[in-house]
This record gives sequence, structure tokens and C-alpha cells, in this order.
Amino acid sequence: MLYENVASFAATYGLVYFIILFAVVVAYALWPGNKSKFDQAARLPLKED
Amino acid sequence: MTESNDHRGNGAMRYPVGAALAGGALLCIFIMARTADPVMIVHGFLFLAFCAGGIYFLVRRTHALAPEGAADATYNDAVTRTGVIISMFWGIAGFLAGLAIALQLSFPALNFDLPWTNFGRLRPLHTSAVIFAFGGNVLITTSFHVVQRTCRTRLAGVIAPWFVLWGYNLFIVVAASGYLLGVTQSKEYAEPEWYADLWLTLVWVTYLLVFLATVWRRREPHIYVANWFYLAFIVTVAMLHIVNNLAVPVSWTETKSYSLFAGVQDALTQWWYGHNAVGFFLTAGFLGIMYYFVPKQAQRPVYSYRLSIIHFWSLIFLYIWAGPHHLHYTALPQWSQTLGMTFSIMLWMPSWGGMINGLMTLSGAWDKLRTDPVLRMLVASVAFYGMSTFEGPVMAIRAVNSLSHYTDWTIGHVHSGALGWVAFVSFGALYALTPILWKRQRLYSLHLVSVHFWIASIGIVLYITAMWVSGILQGLMWRAYDSMGFLEYSFVETVAAMHPFYVIRAGGGALFVVGALIMAYNLWRTVRGDLRNEALPTVRPNPAMAPAE
Repeated sequence: MLYENVASFAATYGLVYFIILFAVVVAYALWPGNKSKFDQAARLPLKED
Repeated sequence: MTESNDHRGNGAMRYPVGAALAGGALLCIFIMARTADPVMIVHGFLFLAFCAGGIYFLVRRTHALAPEGAADATYNDAVTRTGVIISMFWGIAGFLAGLAIALQLSFPALNFDLPWTNFGRLRPLHTSAVIFAFGGNVLITTSFHVVQRTCRTRLAGVIAPWFVLWGYNLFIVVAASGYLLGVTQSKEYAEPEWYADLWLTLVWVTYLLVFLATVWRRREPHIYVANWFYLAFIVTVAMLHIVNNLAVPVSWTETKSYSLFAGVQDALTQWWYGHNAVGFFLTAGFLGIMYYFVPKQAQRPVYSYRLSIIHFWSLIFLYIWAGPHHLHYTALPQWSQTLGMTFSIMLWMPSWGGMINGLMTLSGAWDKLRTDPVLRMLVASVAFYGMSTFEGPVMAIRAVNSLSHYTDWTIGHVHSGALGWVAFVSFGALYALTPILWKRQRLYSLHLVSVHFWIASIGIVLYITAMWVSGILQGLMWRAYDSMGFLEYSFVETVAAMHPFYVIRAGGGALFVVGALIMAYNLWRTVRGDLRNEALPTVRPNPAMAPAE
């Protein structure tokens, strides 16, 4: 496992992996179907006490 | 149902925990008998006292461990009540240590020419006391409270939460006493030596397990976003702590160890740790506090839950790369410095997204800022969060850094974040928690909260403006050349120029200490159940506004 191999793997596949992962997160956050779930979750601190 | 689980858990875990404490006590005695290092003997006694106290706790307080009252059958508030008291204690201790070293910088005679009281030993005492002792205990306490309330389940474990709280505080005492006695591994914000680091690892893994197990048995389908921030804080701090503290002790009976890393690798590992301690300890953890306590105190849901999810993940994705900005103009490769700088600039987006989310939660309820000084404190903290996360990336730019680095500007920046953001959000959370945990109608005095707010705010303004002026002055004096190409000022001339600003800074610090003492008094009276007879600020009736209500 040379440094060059690790670095080139990180700079290509690693980059693509992180970008896809982040895109999935943003899609999950903005997905219209999740809205009611998030609205409920947002009220969690107000439920107790 | 959870109660019976707890009973069984208690019965089952008491014996292995007791055996481990007994084994630990024997190990302490063995090491103390073999060592030639006087500090190791002091620390051996501290660990021994912890083991003995733990065994006493298990034997004598069996019934106290089991949930008794109706309320305690639902939530474990005993451990968070203890956490509130410990946090307040360390807050005052840490602020006082800061005031002491600020006065030493103004009047060097206050070093007293004693090894134990010189600036070099007291400075890590101050930083560790405020960040890890005060901040850490606030985070443990609030995370235990928030995870129970938002998951609507009792904290997992019976002995484990107490072990986390007291074990963490043993680490603090070992670290702090070590500094005063001259034990340090010389890594900023990671000064404690190998045995304290191993102990913290054990405590921290237990903390993670308690938190995860509580989330696991939640009675809500969704994991509230504050818990994500707390979890990121716990997991990342574990990773940072373990990697940065990889070291080989000289022997098992001595305090000294040598780091696994050397040279520029050591520097990068240290600042990967150091900056992410800012990012995940002082930011992600306290954002967990913001996402619970600001909506709670304003009695409104967070402005945008979607934004909070994007805030969380973009913070996680970006922060971890920002460390190299601490190493501009060093042996670290240029591309790596540029990477750190670029990611620091990108951090503007999640930071300000989070700040907007926190502030806009008050949208439609801004009038509460007039009537609720606790909410005012929380909102001011979010404003300071925005301000210091704007300043930080500016200072990470290489050209700005060439002026700001190694000057007091850095100290000013850190304190606008530490006093304005971290301490204020902690104060707000402790003010909000105390009446809930002790089941009081309200705080002893809202007026005193308001007094605390203004005294501390004036203290912060004095502190950071003094450090801006002195830092920029210092930076400019260091780089001033005369017509012959010689440096215009000797170093001691720059030191003399700092004096008035150091005095102003100490004044600001003194105000901050006074504010914290007022807070401690207010919380103590609240715990006692006293109510100060005062006119509570009321909402002024405005007929024109009535329909909007």
C-alpha cells in the first residue's frame, strides 16, 4: 500500500463517494414526501416538560 | 417496563463493576509502590480515592441507584442535577484561572516566581478548565437531558451514567493537578499524559454506549437533530483523542511518554485534533444545545428542520479538513495549507445556515427577547456563533494569517467564540435546566439573569476589542522595517505596547467572573426553592396587534 495509491484512490473514488453521499443527504432533506415527518420531528422538544 | 430492566441491570452490573474497581485499586497500589515519580504517587492516590468512592457508592447507595419516585421512574434526572452543579463549579474555577493568567500577563510579578503558579503551567489549567471541565460537563449534562426528553425514554444504564460523569471529572482532576506539578505532553488542548488519556478513552467509550443505548430504546420514530449533533461530538472526539494521543510511555510506572508522531506529521496530527476539537467539541456539541434549548425556550419548533439536516451534514463533511490552516508558512506542504484554508472558507455556509436557523426560530416571537433574559442569552450566543465563525475563516486566509498568526488577535477570536458562543449557550441551557430538574416554578430571579447578561456582555466586548487592537498592533509592529531594512521594533518594545490592552482584557475577564458568580448565586437560590419578589416583565397589551395573535 504505497502513499501514491492511497492518495490517488482518495482523490478519485473518495471524492466521488463523498459527493454522491452528500447529494443523497440533500435529496433526503429536501424530498417533499419527508416534509410531514420532519414537521413532526421539529416539535419533539416542545412535547415534554 | 424500563424500570424493571434497570433493576435487573443494576443487580447484574454491580458485581463486575465492583470487581473492576477493586482490581483498579490494587493496580494503583502496585504502581505507587514501584514508581520513583512523585506525581505518579499523587495521581495514584486520586485513582485510589475514585475506586474506593465507587465501591462505597455501590455498597451503600444500592437503593439510590434504583429509580424510586414517580418522576425518576421515567427520567434519570439525578445524574443531570449533579452535572449542573459540577458544571457551575468548573465554570467559576476556569474563569478565575483565566483572570489569574490575564493579570499575570499585565503584571508579571503575579507569577510569584514559583513553578506551580507560573503562566506556563496555569495557562493549560485555564484552557482545560473552561473547555473540558466546564464545557465538557455542560455537554455531558445537557446531552443526558436532551436525549431522554427527545427520545422520551429513560437514560440507559444505572451505574454507567454515573461512571461517565464522575470518571470524566476524575480525568479533569488528574489533568489539572498534573499541569500544576509539571506533567504535560506539550500538545495544546491535549496536554494530559498517557495514563489520563487511557482513562478518558474508557470513560468516553462508556459515554458513547450510554448515549447509543438510550437512542436505541427511544419511543419516538425520529431521532431529533440535537441528538445527531451530540452523537457526532461523541464519536469524533473519541477518534481525535485516540489518534492524537498515540504515544509510548517511558515505563508503566512513570508519567512521561513519547508521541508516535514526529516533526511535521506530529504538527498536522495535532492541528487535525486541535481544530476538530473546536469543530466537534466546541461547535457540534453546543449546536446540540442550541437545537434543543432555543426552540424549547422560545416555545416554537426550529425555523427549518430541513436546514438543520443540511447544516449537520455539511458541517460534518467540511470541518474535518480545516485543521491545516493552523500551519500556514510552516514545513507542511503548500497544497495542504491551501486545502485547509479552502475548507475553512467553505465553512461559512453551514455556520451561517445554522446561525440563521437558530435566530429565525424566534420569527414571530421576537418580543420574548424583552421578557425572557434566558432566551436573550441563548440568542446572543447564536449571534456570537455567527460572528466568530465569520472571523475564523477570514483569519484562515493565508494573507490575513500572516498578520494575525501568533498575535493576540487569535486570542480575541477564540474568546469571542468561547465566551460569546460556548459560555453563553451553556449559561442559557443551565438557566433553563435548573428549574426543570429541581421542579421549581421558575428561576429565583430573572432580574439577576438580566444583570448577568449585561455584565458578561460588557466583559466580552472589552475582552475582544482589546485583543483586536493589541493583536493587529502587535502584528504590524513585528513586520515593520526601517529604511535600512532592519526590523523597526525589538520584541520587548512590542510587549510594552501590549500592556494597556492586557489590563483592559483582565478587566473584561473580571466582569465575566462577576457575572458567573451572580449566576451561581441565582441557581443556588433556585435549587433551594426561593423565589425573589420581583415584578416579572410582562407582555404589554397592544390593541392594534391583537388580531395577529
